[in-house]
Amino acid sequence: MSTAYRIVPAGDSALVVEFEERIDPAVNAKTIACAEAIQAAAIAGVRDVVPTYRSVAVYFDPLRTDTDALLERIAHDAETAVPAARAAQAPIRIPVCYGGDLGPDLPQVAAFADLPEDDVIRLHSSATYRVFMLGFVPGFAYLGLVDQRIAMPRHATPRVRVPLGSVGIAGVQTGIYPAETPGGWQLIGRTRVRPFDPSRAEPFLMKAGDAVEFYAIDRAEYDRGAST
Amino acid sequence: MLTTVQDSGRWGLQARGVPVGGPMDGVSHRLANALVRNPPTAAGLEITLLGPELEFDDERVVAVAGAQFDLLLDGRTMPSNAPFIVSAGARLRFGARRIGSRAYIAISGGIAVPPTLGSRATHLISAMGGVGGRALAAGDVLPLGEPTDVYGSVSMPQAAIVPLPDRHARVRVLPGPQTEYFSTDALDVLQSATYVIAPNSDRMGFRLEGPPLAHSRGADIISDATPLGVLQVPASGQPILLMADRQTAGGYPKIATVISADIPVAGQLGPGDTIAFVVCTMRDAIAALIAQERALMAVEARHA
Repeated sequence: MSTAYRIVPAGDSALVVEFEERIDPAVNAKTIACAEAIQAAAIAGVRDVVPTYRSVAVYFDPLRTDTDALLERIAHDAETAVPAARAAQAPIRIPVCYGGDLGPDLPQVAAFADLPEDDVIRLHSSATYRVFMLGFVPGFAYLGLVDQRIAMPRHATPRVRVPLGSVGIAGVQTGIYPAETPGGWQLIGRTRVRPFDPSRAEPFLMKAGDAVEFYAIDRAEYDRGAST
Repeated sequence: MLTTVQDSGRWGLQARGVPVGGPMDGVSHRLANALVRNPPTAAGLEITLLGPELEFDDERVVAVAGAQFDLLLDGRTMPSNAPFIVSAGARLRFGARRIGSRAYIAISGGIAVPPTLGSRATHLISAMGGVGGRALAAGDVLPLGEPTDVYGSVSMPQAAIVPLPDRHARVRVLPGPQTEYFSTDALDVLQSATYVIAPNSDRMGFRLEGPPLAHSRGADIISDATPLGVLQVPASGQPILLMADRQTAGGYPKIATVISADIPVAGQLGPGDTIAFVVCTMRDAIAALIAQERALMAVEARHA
């Protein structure tokens, strides 16, 4: 199967391979497979390989890289990228205490969906999400796709400070804040699971391509403080 | 005043959302390291607009490159771009700033704060690296590494490799990666005028004020990677030049990218300064980078 893609330079030290312009699990799977193939080739001079929703940026040192060979390699990997079978991989399960002061936007999301809060929780916690990419801050995973009924757009004016562990919705995306940062997502709950902790042996909970599920816990359980 | 620990950056983890960071003027950072015989990746200090006063517990070779400040070692004037010996107990003070925005202090042995995810670079937004992920404050004590050689590396001042801009710089760009998201004249508009660096600019990026760049297909793209020096353009049409501490990805179309050789020049600008852009070719970009690399390697060879 031949793949639609193009390769464009981004300045003198990066090449970007772009697949179909849409947020789609199949396109994203191909993107990640392509990034993994380029990474695995361990090409001299390459500094970083960064998959996003539908493109892979390859950062390199132009004075220490055979750019023609790199271009050829990227084209080959874009052409032949086949998503790895991940059927065996169990989803990462995240306990979330929904609503109340830990999820201050749950009432607005319920109003947006014209559904009771419990249904919003049920819809959010019954899907298996895909990690499309990481970005924004270390360990922040863009998860999708959220059920259209609860896919409320982000706040027009972001909060100055979103607490660590907040679980939010922004359109069809959902995610967990790995640090206390400004942020505009609709906050529907909070978890004690830390998506990023540089002191852990594995600092990152998630990587692109992983499957993630949320499940509801009550406030007492949240307060008891189990972080996993 | 903003003084942070910086090394050559936190590479290899952008796929996990970890920004690269590192010096705004990587050439001056590397030059300072070369002058004190540190490896190019060693951690030093980046100082912005106002410099600190540093007291040394033991004897070290020190060099300052990048922005020019009056440098006073126990009251004696010291040159920039040259290694000098600082004896135990001596104080190095940064006086008036003459030109440029960011100076780099390299100390033989390097600054030996514990690395986070493989780098000592301070990233303020992620509170990572350096001293507790923050800017230095009065009273901080910095651990230093073992110097390879304290004596024998003192020399005459070296010519600056980055031409220091006097509050204005003209930098070269390559079109893309998303020129098709802009009106056909947008690249001409970008080159037609000077942009002012807005006050809310920082190590993440320079917000620019000038002729707006018109989009042709809206101001939203599916988020993708954001290289150093790229000009992203939100709905306002006012470009943002992404610098060292930029996020790893973003959702605005990107019209052009500053060439690697000119990023250190841009890195010497600050709020209120102006910047102009001119499109060049890939051949120009690589030739400029080779010239810069030759100059750095010559210094590194001389001090090896």
